[in-house]
Amino acid sequence: MPLFKRVAEHDREPVPFLLDGQPAQGMHGDTLLTAILTHSEHLRGSDFSAEPRAGFCLMGACQDCWVRLQDGRRVRACSTFLEPGHCVSRDSGRRP
Amino acid sequence: MSAIVIIGAGPAGIRAAQTLVAHGVHPVLLDEASRGGGQIYRQQPANFRRPAKALYGFEAGKAQALHNTLEQLHGQIDYRPETLVWNAEQQVLDTLQQGQLADRLAFDRVIVATGATDRVLPIPGWTLPGVYTLGAAQIALKFQGCAIGERVVLAGSGPLLYLVAYQYAKAGATVSAVLDTSPFSAQVRALPRLLLQPGTFAKGLYYRAWLAAKGVPVHQGVTLLGIDGEHRASGVRWARNGQQHSLPCDAVAFAHALRSETQLADLLGCQFAWNTLNRAWLPVRDAQGRASSPGVYLAGDGAGILGADGAEMTGELAALTLLADLGKPGNPQRQQQLEKRLATLQRFRQGLEQAFPFPQQWARQAPDLLTVCRCEQISAGEIRTAVRAGHWEINRVKAMCRVGMGRCQGRVCGAAAAELIACESGRPIDQVGRLRGQAPIKPLPFGLEIKP
Repeated sequence: MPLFKRVAEHDREPVPFLLDGQPAQGMHGDTLLTAILTHSEHLRGSDFSAEPRAGFCLMGACQDCWVRLQDGRRVRACSTFLEPGHCVSRDSGRRP
Repeated sequence: MSAIVIIGAGPAGIRAAQTLVAHGVHPVLLDEASRGGGQIYRQQPANFRRPAKALYGFEAGKAQALHNTLEQLHGQIDYRPETLVWNAEQQVLDTLQQGQLADRLAFDRVIVATGATDRVLPIPGWTLPGVYTLGAAQIALKFQGCAIGERVVLAGSGPLLYLVAYQYAKAGATVSAVLDTSPFSAQVRALPRLLLQPGTFAKGLYYRAWLAAKGVPVHQGVTLLGIDGEHRASGVRWARNGQQHSLPCDAVAFAHALRSETQLADLLGCQFAWNTLNRAWLPVRDAQGRASSPGVYLAGDGAGILGADGAEMTGELAALTLLADLGKPGNPQRQQQLEKRLATLQRFRQGLEQAFPFPQQWARQAPDLLTVCRCEQISAGEIRTAVRAGHWEINRVKAMCRVGMGRCQGRVCGAAAAELIACESGRPIDQVGRLRGQAPIKPLPFGLEIKP
């Protein structure tokens, strides 16, 4: 079950991407956070408990939405726009 | 050559830039976002089509005016969007563009307009997916056309609570309830001061009346008990008048008003003082906007919460002061006018604080198992243990138990940690110290390029 629900701006160009190796589709103008959470329930696992996290502040302050791109870069999902062909992977975090 | 720099392209930063340009000074405007406007007047991506009215409601005119101003400044300022200032020293800023290009910028004078984020008092379950700040809920809608869930509960206090509820319901999202921790009686007591800004007050009333007319349940004077759920939020619990209540939902947004982003003012060496109204340490500024550090000016919510209108005024005022300090003919008459209007706004702000009082009992009621620091996963109990071991200064407590040591540098947990330390040590909240800002103020990648 996705976390986010689109309520406006439905008429946009689709943008295909890979989420943890699985094909997914977002829309032009989506942040990675939006693209992921309209498909799924989380963005990362906590570094200290592996509890699922899905961001919190959406304005680049809380640092709880980091995801990984194919080139190894780690980016904040709330402030990074989705681009066609992005391969996004989510860190599972660490269990204590 | 050293530059005049403005950090932050929100209402304060844009008005400051406009004022400088009008007097022949062409500043560098640095902003983290890809488009100007700040958080309150954040712009949707360029390919989105909703009209300003749908995004900003009553404030559409102000938002558009601000965005237009920034556009008109094109070519007259050195505007650098997607630029993080991650360190600040005497006369030099370290920046990171587009997440990978590092650069240094020497400055002669700087206007710091770094804005604010939500102030959060954690409750059990707040780290679950589906739980966001009120500001986040608003950004999801305004910036991405999304609701944070199907059935949304909005909770906490502050003016944003009713605004977000209204915006969500209006956009067709289901608002299952509004849970206001401030009692109705507080809002009645605040009336005289709130009426100092009748327009703003009327908007607040309108949102509430609209919510009531649409049948959105609003509960006032609640104590938030927690958010339930295993892998995501599934319900919320609260108490009111000694009775416990619960409600299923799949998303919760909550916050208790706003807190200033002060890290850069700190790194610039500005003096701080405890501010009772904001219940926070704030960089000291004089009535004209000068900080204690030479060449540093403070504007907008980053120097104390005053809202968007106040931010526009303090931005303009700081710029006028800077111009006068440069020996340029400023506009003393306008300066006085702004100072007077700001004084009225300050009294209104006191009214808001009265209407949405800080929940003083939060620290006492926070269970030991409650996660306070979501970066390092530090509980209220761990903080209390550090205090019981004899530590009461917040940086010391941070060193002992890692609260506030994570990636967000205490932006999210700092206020709550201070409350817990004060409560457990029996000291007043202004006697437990101030979390120091540290560079880099936000995480930097390992593989950054240095701009030649």
